[in-house]
Amino acid sequence: MIEVEHLTKEFVVRRGRLRRERHVVEAVRDISFHVERGELLGYLGPNGAGKSTTIKMLTGILVPSGGRVTVAGLDPSKRRVELAKRIGAMFGQRVQLWWDLPLIDSFELLRHIYRVPADRYRTSLQRFRTVLDLDPFLHTPVRQLSLGQRIRGELTAAMLHEPELLFLDEPTIGLDVVAKQRVRDFLVEINRERGVTVLLTTHDLGDIERLCERLLVIDRGSLIWDGRIGELKERYGRDRLLIVDLERPVPPLEVAGAVVERVDGPRQWLRFRGPAADLTARVAAATRLVDLQIAEPDIEEIVRRIYAGER
Amino acid sequence: MVEPVLLWRRLVGAQVRSQLQYRTSFLLDLFGSFLISFIDFLAVLVIFHNVPQLGVWSVREVALLYALSSISFALTDLLIGHLDQFPQKIRDGNFDILLVRPRGSLFQVVASDFQLRRLGKAMQGVLVLVYALAALHLHWTVGRVAMLVVMIPAGVVIFASVWVIGACLAFWTTDGGEFTNAFTYGGNFMAQYPIDVYASWLRRFLCYLVPLGFVCYFPALYLLGKHDPLGLPRFLQFASPVVAVIAAAVAGTIWRGAVRHYRSAGG
Repeated sequence: MIEVEHLTKEFVVRRGRLRRERHVVEAVRDISFHVERGELLGYLGPNGAGKSTTIKMLTGILVPSGGRVTVAGLDPSKRRVELAKRIGAMFGQRVQLWWDLPLIDSFELLRHIYRVPADRYRTSLQRFRTVLDLDPFLHTPVRQLSLGQRIRGELTAAMLHEPELLFLDEPTIGLDVVAKQRVRDFLVEINRERGVTVLLTTHDLGDIERLCERLLVIDRGSLIWDGRIGELKERYGRDRLLIVDLERPVPPLEVAGAVVERVDGPRQWLRFRGPAADLTARVAAATRLVDLQIAEPDIEEIVRRIYAGER
Repeated sequence: MVEPVLLWRRLVGAQVRSQLQYRTSFLLDLFGSFLISFIDFLAVLVIFHNVPQLGVWSVREVALLYALSSISFALTDLLIGHLDQFPQKIRDGNFDILLVRPRGSLFQVVASDFQLRRLGKAMQGVLVLVYALAALHLHWTVGRVAMLVVMIPAGVVIFASVWVIGACLAFWTTDGGEFTNAFTYGGNFMAQYPIDVYASWLRRFLCYLVPLGFVCYFPALYLLGKHDPLGLPRFLQFASPVVAVIAAAVAGTIWRGAVRHYRSAGG
């Protein structure tokens, strides 16, 4: 479905006012990967790592500086219009719906832009109305929708023409827990029930864990991981952090099964692996504990660990 | 060919409907833009009443030129004037959205952000046209009527091409608004007067590089049955549609090249 070989994108940045210096920034550097039909793939990386730039090259928005891209058998930047009929795209921070029009009007316009036959459109819309529960705000102008409602509208807009492949750029950004879950359920549904290939960029590890089998991790333009999510967590995500607030500042605690990473006044960060209960008991036995919390490693942390090459 | 026009009508129609929802505000906008137009018209009248002759052109003839150019320009402004906001679309990255849809990007830019209130600007041209035609007592032949009917769309296409080329600058500079304005709004101003009143370097620029002479000057010579004071070949008086097609092709090519330079914004 997607074939990427040695893909590179350089941007020329000019600095300085009078004597303009030319700097070449490699936003994406020599990336290669393949995606099969029907995969639900996560594309993960810190902000500015090159995720969006990659997606923009896959959808034909940006022309690559080097390498080769084939999406659904087409070269995106050369056959943009043809490709657009077969893919859907949603950018979490952009609005593709018509701001001043009722939601339903946007769908109606998109139907004509994509030349969707009337009967196909009706069945398709009917389904999204049920799955995404659109009816309560179908006739509300888009600018009056909540973020969660709007994202549901955007997802429908991206799927109305029944694409084979769906690109989602940060679809859950800014959503509350309930809304996030709804979006995730929807993605699972279209992937499992309809066999739509989904490529999802996010910096929310939760999205990935609940949705994707396979995961790509990009950082500073380079692909640093391509493999199963389970394996990544097994290798880099097993360590968690126990953050304890003690009664007063003390030297770094020495407890079995944990290493103190950071101390800030009475607060200490302990890195550990395995169940938290035993460790908590040991810490409580060693000193007087006021409060505690457990943190899962976030994406920045995992990326850092991949770099450190740790096991 | 028909289908894109229907789609354009649908897209623009939806925006017009939503603009008309705020009826009072829309009417005020329309009235405001008409009022500005009307004041412009008064200013033109003042000039025409004080200057009897502009080169070999009588004031009434200049009024006709002025009117036809204004109408072409106002229609262009109505159809694609929102290209002025295009640099904003580039800056905030919303141009991305248009590129993932199966339609030409220029078509979509032109079909979005349509503002019906710009219609008010066309009023001034129509008023001056009525004045000029009433004063000139032209002898109407089939050829002249045909010329009048053809020259306005040709003029719109020429102005629009200049406008599109100007908008392409945004792909490189992300903001070249004022520079572009010099050619669009400035171009209108130049085309409103007979080009033989300008210095020869400017005239050549207007005839050949930015073909504004074909918006009005050449067709108007034919309408008025006038000898070209510049002594240029007569076929130029009929060349406007051809020039319009060439200008549109050039603008389309430049646009396509420019889109390949699009850098998009944000992560």
